[in-house]
Amino acid sequence: MTRLSGGLIDRSKPLNFTFNGKSYRGFEGDTLASALLANGVQLMGRSFKYHRPRGVVAAGSEEPNAMVELRTGARQEPNTRATMAELYDGLSARSQNHMGPLNRDLLAVNDLMSPFFAAGFYYKTFMWPKAFWEKLYEPAIRKAAGLGSLSMLPDPDQYDKGFLHCDLLIVGAGAAGLAAALTAGRAGAEVILADEDFSLGGRLTMESDTLDEAEAAAWIASVKAELESLPNVRIMTRTTVFGVYDHGIFGAVERVADHLKEPGAKVRQTLWRITAKRAVLAAGATERHIPFADNDRPGVMMAGAMRAYANRWAASPVKRDGDAIAIFTNGDDGHRTAMDLIAKGANVLGVIDARAGAEALGDYKLFAGATVTGTKGRLGLTSIEITRNGTSEWHNVGALGVAGGWNPNVHLASHHRGRPVWDDRLLAFVPSADGPKGLIPAGAAAGKGGTAEALADGMRAAIEALSEIDVTASEIALPKAENAASDQAAFWHVPGDKRAWVDFQNDVTVKDIALAHKENMKPVEHLKRWTTLGMATDQGKTSNISALAVMAELTGKSIPETGTTIFRPPYTGVSLSVLGGGDTGNNFRPSRLTPTHHWAEKLGAEFVEVGQWMRAQYFPRQGETHWRQAVDREVLAVRAGVGICDVTTLGKVDVQGADAGEFLNRVYANMMGTLAVGKVRYGLMLREDGHLYDDGTCARLFEDHYVVTTTTANAGLVYRQMEFFHQCVWPELDVQLISTTDAWAQIAVAGPKSRELLSRIVDEFDISNEGFPFMGCAALTICGGLRARLFRISFSGELAYEVAVPARYGQALMERLMQEGADLGVTPYGTEALGVLRIEKGHAAGAELNGQTTAQMLGLGKMVSMKKDSVGAVMSRRGGLAEDKRRLVGLKPIDGQQQIMAGSHLFTRGTAQETGTDQGWVTSSCYSPHLKSYIALGYLEEGDTRIGEQITAANPLEGKTLMAEVVSAHFVDPEGGRLRD
Amino acid sequence: MLIPHPLLGLRDSQEFTYLGDANLMHRPDPAAENAEAAFCEYVFLRDNPAGVHRELWFHEQGDRSWLVVTRDTTTHEILGAELASDVKLGAAQ
Amino acid sequence: MKFSGFKVVKEALTGHKGWQPLWRNPEPKPAYDIVIVGGGGHGLATAFYLAKTFGELKVAVLEKGWLGSGNIGRNTTIIRSNYLLPGNEPFYEFSMKLWENLEQETNFNSMVSQRGIINLIHTDGQRDAYRRRGNAMLLAGADARLLGRDELKEMVPFLNYDNARFPIKGGLMQPRAGTARHDGVVWGYARGADQRGVDIIQNCEVTGFKIENGKVLGVETSRGFIGAKKVGVSVAGSSSRVMQKAGMRLPMESHVLQAFVSEGLKPTIPGVITFGAGHFYVSQSDKGGLVFGGDLDGYNSYAQRGNLPVVEDVLEGGMALMPMIGRARLLRSWGGIMDMSMDGSPIIDKTDIDGLYFNGGWCYGGFKATPASGYAFAHLLATDRPHETATGYRFDRFNRGHVIDEKGVGAQPNLH
Repeated sequence: MTRLSGGLIDRSKPLNFTFNGKSYRGFEGDTLASALLANGVQLMGRSFKYHRPRGVVAAGSEEPNAMVELRTGARQEPNTRATMAELYDGLSARSQNHMGPLNRDLLAVNDLMSPFFAAGFYYKTFMWPKAFWEKLYEPAIRKAAGLGSLSMLPDPDQYDKGFLHCDLLIVGAGAAGLAAALTAGRAGAEVILADEDFSLGGRLTMESDTLDEAEAAAWIASVKAELESLPNVRIMTRTTVFGVYDHGIFGAVERVADHLKEPGAKVRQTLWRITAKRAVLAAGATERHIPFADNDRPGVMMAGAMRAYANRWAASPVKRDGDAIAIFTNGDDGHRTAMDLIAKGANVLGVIDARAGAEALGDYKLFAGATVTGTKGRLGLTSIEITRNGTSEWHNVGALGVAGGWNPNVHLASHHRGRPVWDDRLLAFVPSADGPKGLIPAGAAAGKGGTAEALADGMRAAIEALSEIDVTASEIALPKAENAASDQAAFWHVPGDKRAWVDFQNDVTVKDIALAHKENMKPVEHLKRWTTLGMATDQGKTSNISALAVMAELTGKSIPETGTTIFRPPYTGVSLSVLGGGDTGNNFRPSRLTPTHHWAEKLGAEFVEVGQWMRAQYFPRQGETHWRQAVDREVLAVRAGVGICDVTTLGKVDVQGADAGEFLNRVYANMMGTLAVGKVRYGLMLREDGHLYDDGTCARLFEDHYVVTTTTANAGLVYRQMEFFHQCVWPELDVQLISTTDAWAQIAVAGPKSRELLSRIVDEFDISNEGFPFMGCAALTICGGLRARLFRISFSGELAYEVAVPARYGQALMERLMQEGADLGVTPYGTEALGVLRIEKGHAAGAELNGQTTAQMLGLGKMVSMKKDSVGAVMSRRGGLAEDKRRLVGLKPIDGQQQIMAGSHLFTRGTAQETGTDQGWVTSSCYSPHLKSYIALGYLEEGDTRIGEQITAANPLEGKTLMAEVVSAHFVDPEGGRLRD
Repeated sequence: MLIPHPLLGLRDSQEFTYLGDANLMHRPDPAAENAEAAFCEYVFLRDNPAGVHRELWFHEQGDRSWLVVTRDTTTHEILGAELASDVKLGAAQ
Repeated sequence: MKFSGFKVVKEALTGHKGWQPLWRNPEPKPAYDIVIVGGGGHGLATAFYLAKTFGELKVAVLEKGWLGSGNIGRNTTIIRSNYLLPGNEPFYEFSMKLWENLEQETNFNSMVSQRGIINLIHTDGQRDAYRRRGNAMLLAGADARLLGRDELKEMVPFLNYDNARFPIKGGLMQPRAGTARHDGVVWGYARGADQRGVDIIQNCEVTGFKIENGKVLGVETSRGFIGAKKVGVSVAGSSSRVMQKAGMRLPMESHVLQAFVSEGLKPTIPGVITFGAGHFYVSQSDKGGLVFGGDLDGYNSYAQRGNLPVVEDVLEGGMALMPMIGRARLLRSWGGIMDMSMDGSPIIDKTDIDGLYFNGGWCYGGFKATPASGYAFAHLLATDRPHETATGYRFDRFNRGHVIDEKGVGAQPNLH
């Protein structure tokens, strides 16, 4: 154990955990990283490319090295930053990306091979022999690459989504964020304070600074208590605001249960969409390191992180108590770490400061004007080489803190692609003024990292933000604080011949940058892509600025001239599960059920997905072992007796008003204005580009009241298009539209006995052929007073009706029809039989109306009226459409027992089968129990003139090609006598 | 995105369906001599500006009104929203 | 300099002293035979084939920013030739054949990896449509396989087959499809073109065209006037903006498409999988990240970023299809500008201005087309005749009524 004194851990609550199977103990308040350090564990992982031993370098979400697979079984979670994993009792974690044990990774051979693996090497080789890429090289690369692994089991946890609204969102609950929250909270504004950490205070919890001459923790506790007492403030810890979207919308993930062994009844995480009138970006800053030779050994870490571990977690970075610790810095900040460590009783070798004029802050050895030029220690640091004025000496140390300065966390401020600007005094990029509207950077994120200035800046930002939305906020009494000295030299890396790491995870060194420069990969984006620098899980948080500085040195330009990188969402990794929000499995999309769904379910129907609808596909009866038996029976029942089918899913639009007829004339290609009251007409709608859009019926129930039906698939689209023409193009017409698809249950009653059946339920209404002929419609009552609509229309080609009742009566009507028709052999039929019936009749459906076809191709070109204008009429006459000679035909296989598969392509008999000789395709196919043969519909070049010709239906995809005869698309009753009787 | 519906206030853009350039409200005269050419231009060609764009959105999951929204395509900033029928009727007067 | 394993070893042993710039940074000459506007994948491929195949030596590529900074640098890297319509399929199959020889042709490993693509089938109607498509692919000389549910389950057992709102019933597979390393494609073509004498000029923005008497004489740029006998514009994402400088309105709208990559994972997904009932497609990069995307945001945009609803929509699809990826994390998302044409298909054509040629309207499918687009555009620029696989990609197809509309949704770009 290398536990120090103090800290914000609860020593009364010990927690047991395992890392790579070995048991350890930590305390409540620990992270996995702090607990491992406190147990003397430095080696936590392996790097991506060279599989070099790696230890933790940071104390926050930017950690690039200490990445573990957390938990086991289906909850296994790859690439979890040990720095962000809150310790819980029973936690189990494993290191990743190694073959064999962590301390003897077989893939470490890559490190020996590293001269061959310089930046971009894979673009230059592996090209010969050609076939070896997929078979040999790539699988080997893929296996070695990647970091953690998935369990390949479905995520068992629950997730949720939520919406929040506020006046002010404060991102980050450090000094600036807390000051902002207190200012805004006291002003009565609706405030959300979010922080990725599990406790409030941010960097204040990791420094030894006092506030009001007491430990910062006391002030944090008092602020927390006050904020919690304010009903207008919502504190969200464990919540990462990961993205800034348009108009003040922020994406955030709350890790509700990741600190528990299992979520239990809770959701694991919640995705919040926060709409904020204004936001304060108080996300703090991220420390950077200084590349030097062999700077990647476990035990080398950011000095600020080292300080954080000591102060907050009472964890020492060394393996054994008493091992010496050194600090390498280019500014005052590194000295703070030395002071804090000394205060904790650690053995500090001294501070190596690159500045020749540096002065010590306290009682420790200072190596002014010196640098670290080498390290030793295979699995953990044992010694460092300190060089001053050309003289080098080795010192034994167990850990080295590196302080290269702080980069403001500008990420969210650049999510709208505003570029951060360089600040020469801070030696860092700060948010630019052209960031997302309403997002105000404050504190360290704005370059004001001193405690006193961060507190004041947070308050200032809150007052400024609220004044923009007319909320008056007053200054608050801030605690007494100081700004630590922060002088810093522009010292970016230690030159040398050996490898000096810039990007730890991806193994990008200063040499790689030099090579990229030599190869003319100078633009920063080329540098990044050529070397993979900044593309690791930290997205360059710990490497980008150092790399820019090295490239700037090589090109002789300044850092801002060399380039900036902007950041894109997410700020840190967000689990894919929570972004999906739990809409998985059957909950992926809503299911729309027809009014007779439960009735059909009881009857044992099989259902099929039709868009969002679930429709009865067929109704198997006892003894039927194959779906075809049921479907054939249902089809024959309709042709010979009477069948009933729920057709509610077809779109319905009520069209009312004095100009309704004129409006319909314009949206339908054929004439609708002349339709008599009580009549129905089949109608075609075109898109404005002249192609066929939809078909359906238009019924004129009353003088100024029409009911339009659409296909199921286009119900919403046609209604939208009609509203477009109504509101945007012809608003002067007196017409009103409403979609009534869900309001009316509609049941088709089809077959020679359909009139007989319906006559038993209609109230005093003459449905004789004379009284209610084909294509009649009426509003009437049925079943003793239930209002209903009756249409004499037919999709099957038989005498048929559709009867509509208010949706809530749909099931009752279905049951009544079954009851009344029992002696007639009434048979419920599903979508399969519906499909067979319409193919037998040659009616078009989705496969024929696929958006690529025209009225002409359906043989309905004459329906596009020349006497009036309508949507698409002008464009339908363009040459390419008018000259298209493909026509819908029927196809009958020569051997009727062989199915012509839909999707087969048609060829003139004996011609070569290739794209150029393609004559058409099969759109729909089925077995016709009526004809006792397979039949099909298809589009064929000049099909209308080829009736009787034998053609080839080619289906090379399934190795099936057969001959078919071209016939009329109307297989059943081509004269249409049946539906008129 | 949030769309300032002229009747309903700020509404989430997820309630809306997007169509495109508000010029689609100006359907050419089908009886004109060059109707086909005018329709081709109307249906197929777009200014597609990088900047201020007047465009049609349908409040499909709301009050089913079509809106003309003025929005900057480079920043997504919304400069205004009107009922399409008002715009069309106003233009006709 | 020729790249090879031998060269890599030699340099490794001699301290990497012998590497040279991948391409020069030449100053623009006063005039060229052909100027290509746009140093993205298509522009560089055009220059490469002009130099290699058509022997045009005085060629320049002008790039506003850095090479490959447009959509070629931000896409989901899928290559495939699984199209339905005769106007498309032969072209994309030509592209596939060029992909298959790309590395040998450019002496640069672009990591073309033919691990296959599977489009999932959920309904009988979809199977019929995919059968038609698969047959169209075979008839054009491409490869295709119709997979049954069991066969599919053996290949990709980790999909959600049963507890699904839209159960999976099979798939259409193109085994030769796969992915390529997008940046590698840029660099391979750029280096190859440069070696053959093409001047690649970065940080050179075209600000206008010099057109006199209906003929183009050159381009005005941020680095001065550059004369050209012919100018080919290949600026995906900026097509309307650039062609507007020549007084043209285009049949397209610019939309934002978001794409996503997860943190690195050990091998999880073998090829490319496309979810037919949601908006989601995915593959895994050689580095281990799951690379995935979905639908357009749906509104005109030049902002190069999208919004949260589409992120959620994409992951809803992802989680519904593959609930075992849920514990992985999203690493990065980005948004690119898609020049969405009115029928979902591209344009490679002359304009009404003599000497001005246009290549664009690739919607969100330009990456896979890169080699053939470059080849066909080079063919057109060099010979003034369209390449045989690209004869349908004309401006006038809209007015003539010969649209190439794979999805059948008409002149509404955000639905293509």
